[in-house]
Amino acid sequence: MQRYSGFGLVKHALSHHENWQRQWRNPAPKKQYDVIIVGGGGHGLATAYYLAKEFGVKNVAVIEKGWLGGGNTARNTTIVRSNYLWDESAALYEHSMKLWEGLSQDLNYNVMFSQRGVLNLGHTLQDMRDIQRRVNANRLNGIDGEVLDARGVQALVPIMDCSKNARYPVLGASWQPRAGVARHDAVAWGFARAADAQGVDILQQTEVTGFKIRDGQIYGVHTNRGDIEAKTVGCVTAGNSGVLAGMAGIKLPLESHPLQALVSEPLKPVLDTVVMSNHVHGYISQSDKGDLVIGAGIDGYNGYGQRGSYPTVEHTLQAIVEMFPIFSRVRMNRQWGGIVDTCPDACPILSKTRVKGLYFNCGWGTGGFKATPGSGHVFAASLAKGEMHSIAAPFSIDRFHSGALVDEHGAAGVAH
Amino acid sequence: MFHIYCPYCGELREEEEFHPRGQAHLARPADPEACTDEEWGDYLFFRDNPRGIHHELWVHSVGCRKFFNITRHTVSYEILETYKMGELPSFTAEHSRGNSTEAASRQAQVAQQAGVHV
Repeated sequence: MQRYSGFGLVKHALSHHENWQRQWRNPAPKKQYDVIIVGGGGHGLATAYYLAKEFGVKNVAVIEKGWLGGGNTARNTTIVRSNYLWDESAALYEHSMKLWEGLSQDLNYNVMFSQRGVLNLGHTLQDMRDIQRRVNANRLNGIDGEVLDARGVQALVPIMDCSKNARYPVLGASWQPRAGVARHDAVAWGFARAADAQGVDILQQTEVTGFKIRDGQIYGVHTNRGDIEAKTVGCVTAGNSGVLAGMAGIKLPLESHPLQALVSEPLKPVLDTVVMSNHVHGYISQSDKGDLVIGAGIDGYNGYGQRGSYPTVEHTLQAIVEMFPIFSRVRMNRQWGGIVDTCPDACPILSKTRVKGLYFNCGWGTGGFKATPGSGHVFAASLAKGEMHSIAAPFSIDRFHSGALVDEHGAAGVAH
Repeated sequence: MFHIYCPYCGELREEEEFHPRGQAHLARPADPEACTDEEWGDYLFFRDNPRGIHHELWVHSVGCRKFFNITRHTVSYEILETYKMGELPSFTAEHSRGNSTEAASRQAQVAQQAGVHV
């Protein structure tokens, strides 16, 4: 792999940037691998990368039916934070946050991770009590956080309407300074390039059509490019996880919903942090290009069509304009939807299944992007050792029968 | 924007008058105390999530406030039918073009099953 550096940029400038190496190969599928990862989004590519780099499993294939990072990795609002309430999820997302902090160096790829902080607004007394509880829990878990009052919020975001006259006045917020945003496409590409350099085969436009299972043990997958064998298969397919699990005769407690986002026309820098509000239900940041990146709630019905409904757009923009009257005449440029696999307790599933060797990493719902490196790391550790990593263990599918849920609904400021 | 025919109001109304409430035809266990953890967990948390025809419960929340069922395609989002509580769908995964004769014959079962439905 050709390493990227400032010097390299100057060198390639001399040949008009026409001789850059391809970032990853486009290999033909081998007959057999040690591990197959189904799904070439951020989480799948991260899993493959850490398998090869940290756990010495180099004979790995990532099978992707479309193109790399073409699903939710390319469709989210790029927010990264770790201020979750419960110990189990705090450990998972903070593990991820620590990997984010060194990710650009680790991958030799600029993922444009910008720790510009995240505000989770409180608009009611109960919001503020929940915020205090969550920030206290965060601090006990070694995660940075502060409770701000309305004046503190106003000082950070001068353009926000923090007056008492607002329909839902801002009473305060939780503030995680280490949180921020990252460039979503770069995350997929960076992991793909680094995994490829470790010898991982990335097979695009290869669709898994079934699993090869014998005596309760998986030994490969059927694809539209022929059968590929492996004794360990990890499925990281977000919204399509339920469909894939069905091919192995497994039912998952997931419902797939459209989640949408939109961006405005580019503006001059006006908002230098991330603002989320669970109560009026919208979240917003400004990209380096200048467009406002706005997130919405999920559509309430199940759906696999990668588009969202207009009523949800309207509700979201009402929330944004409620918080930021200054944006009332900004024009929206693009709007899109992704399919999120929501779990009943708003926490992911990182789990073995009753088919030996078949693992699922899914159920990230509306908040999977922030977990990309951490999810990949603990899932890789689990695949390599055949035992779930200690951080992943509480997220077993068994919890829906044992009752040991990790209920992050609302508590995490998760916007649903 | 969906235009949804409320079988009680007998009119097409806009999506915003309605709320989806998840999978239709969930049978609550007759004797919850006798359920194993497996059965109870399945009833609480495990739902059909098909890529295709889906039967779902909706409520006309700012209209007549009654619950009813919709058969909808989860990729095209086409609404194939709406029907009252206690009725059975004529479009199913097995009969994706609708099968009203079978639905009619199944109406006989409705009386029995109506008590089991949500």
